[in-house]
Amino acid sequence: MSAVTINENSLKDIMNSPDTTPLPAPPRRTPFLQTERGLAFAEAIGKFFRAALPPFLGIALFVLLWQIVSASGGDQGLPGPAKTWESAKLLFADPFYDNGPNDKGIGWNILHSLYRVGMGFGLAALVGIPLGFMIGRFQFLSGMMSPIISLLRPVSPLAWLPIGLYVFKETEPASLWVIFISSIWPIILNTAAGVSRVPQDYLNVARVLNLSEWKIFTRILFPSVLPYLMTGIRLSMGVAWLVIVAAEMLTGGTGLGFWVWDEWNNLNVEHILIAIFIVGIVGLLLEQLLVLIANRFNYE
Amino acid sequence: MHSYLHIENAKMVFDTKKGKFTALTDINLDVKQGEFIALIGHSGCGKSTLLNLVAGLTEPTEGFLLLSEKEIKGPGPERGVVFQNHSLLPWLTCFGNVHLAVERVFGSRESKAKLKERTQAALDLVGLSHATHKHPNEISGGMKQRVGIARALAMEPKVLLLDEPFGALDALTRAGLQDELMRIVKETQATTLMVTHDVDEAVLLSDRIVMMTNGPSATIGEVLTVDLPRPRDRLKLAEDPVYHRLRGQVLEFLYQKHLKKAA
Repeated sequence: MSAVTINENSLKDIMNSPDTTPLPAPPRRTPFLQTERGLAFAEAIGKFFRAALPPFLGIALFVLLWQIVSASGGDQGLPGPAKTWESAKLLFADPFYDNGPNDKGIGWNILHSLYRVGMGFGLAALVGIPLGFMIGRFQFLSGMMSPIISLLRPVSPLAWLPIGLYVFKETEPASLWVIFISSIWPIILNTAAGVSRVPQDYLNVARVLNLSEWKIFTRILFPSVLPYLMTGIRLSMGVAWLVIVAAEMLTGGTGLGFWVWDEWNNLNVEHILIAIFIVGIVGLLLEQLLVLIANRFNYE
Repeated sequence: MHSYLHIENAKMVFDTKKGKFTALTDINLDVKQGEFIALIGHSGCGKSTLLNLVAGLTEPTEGFLLLSEKEIKGPGPERGVVFQNHSLLPWLTCFGNVHLAVERVFGSRESKAKLKERTQAALDLVGLSHATHKHPNEISGGMKQRVGIARALAMEPKVLLLDEPFGALDALTRAGLQDELMRIVKETQATTLMVTHDVDEAVLLSDRIVMMTNGPSATIGEVLTVDLPRPRDRLKLAEDPVYHRLRGQVLEFLYQKHLKKAA
């Protein structure tokens, strides 16, 4: 028998021979998600989704509602999300063009609005902070100012516009004036509240150490009022940003408010919707920036 | 000839919303230079009010206080105050807090380097060399209180006024700081007034214990002389019969003669 024949018996022999004992299995790799790093990774992903899911769902729901509303209006309805998005892409493709006084890129309009808010609000801070300190420090002055403040604070910001136009004869200072007068109250009131709430302990320290008025101001009063001041500034900035759009609608020329009104006259509703988003996003960014700064001054 | 600190017929009346409130009345006390006085009594008995009078933070309604023959009118750098709740400025580092005091007292006649040296020396004295550049919120309660003491000591005061300085601390930290205070007072020879409600603390630290009656219209009830030799060691005192007798006397005053009615 020359050929090797394998029958049942020889197969058994082969299987049982020492040469065929199975090699030790190669060590199985633990699946990535069961390793320590993998677990941390999975944990992080889960955390991210838990944090991101609700806002994402909220936005999705919003866009869906928007779509439904726009679709239900037919041809005359609001532009839908897709159409607005296309329009926004076009708009932001060239944000800084300048075709004369009434036709500027969106970037310019945003910057103009920011500039006005910055100026009006800056002036308000310049006047409001020292005034707030004095009102907080001197009971007499507080008594003098409180009826004026109580009377003027609730006035709608735009009611001040005609006064501004009448006094300054020009639209630019008039809109700064509106920002100034409407954003100054929170600064004054918060600063004054901060000053009157400086802990007595700190003032006792000042007295026991016999500090000079200047040292009291720089080392005790100012740092301890700073958190209140930052709250005032945040509120003021919020008001200023609210008011600017309305003021610019009335004064015209440049800025987001003007742009909204201009596009309304052009019946370009996509642009109006885009403007609303821009106002919202810029306002949010300003707020976040100020929160960031305020946290720097949180000592406790 | 008056003593170093002389308080005569001091009376303190506060105007409150419910009318006049007499906190202290008929306070008469003489303190020798270098003496350690503990003011003890139940809470609300006007101990802190008395301390504030000496500090010059408030002025008595009647009577007067003399410090080395001069009437106390307002706070002064010769009186260092350690507040109950440390009262550190949270936006300054430990160094900054102490430096503020140093600057005020010595700033006009010493160089900047010397002022820094003084500040550092005060922090070294209370054992805080390592925490110089930390902010108050980064250190423990005991450390904060040490900074408060360093701030008061850095002014090189002739009188050290302590308002329940260790009240908020745990027993171990308190014991450590008491020992340190004894050492510091010995080193600086400061006349010391300390408000406390801790009987052991009063007996351990002071030369005399001024025991106050309950308010309103609180006054000095008894004055107890602590004739224990110095330096004092808290472990040895624990077995000292004199210590126990004194301790018993204070307790008797506080809990039998002037037990505060449960409010």
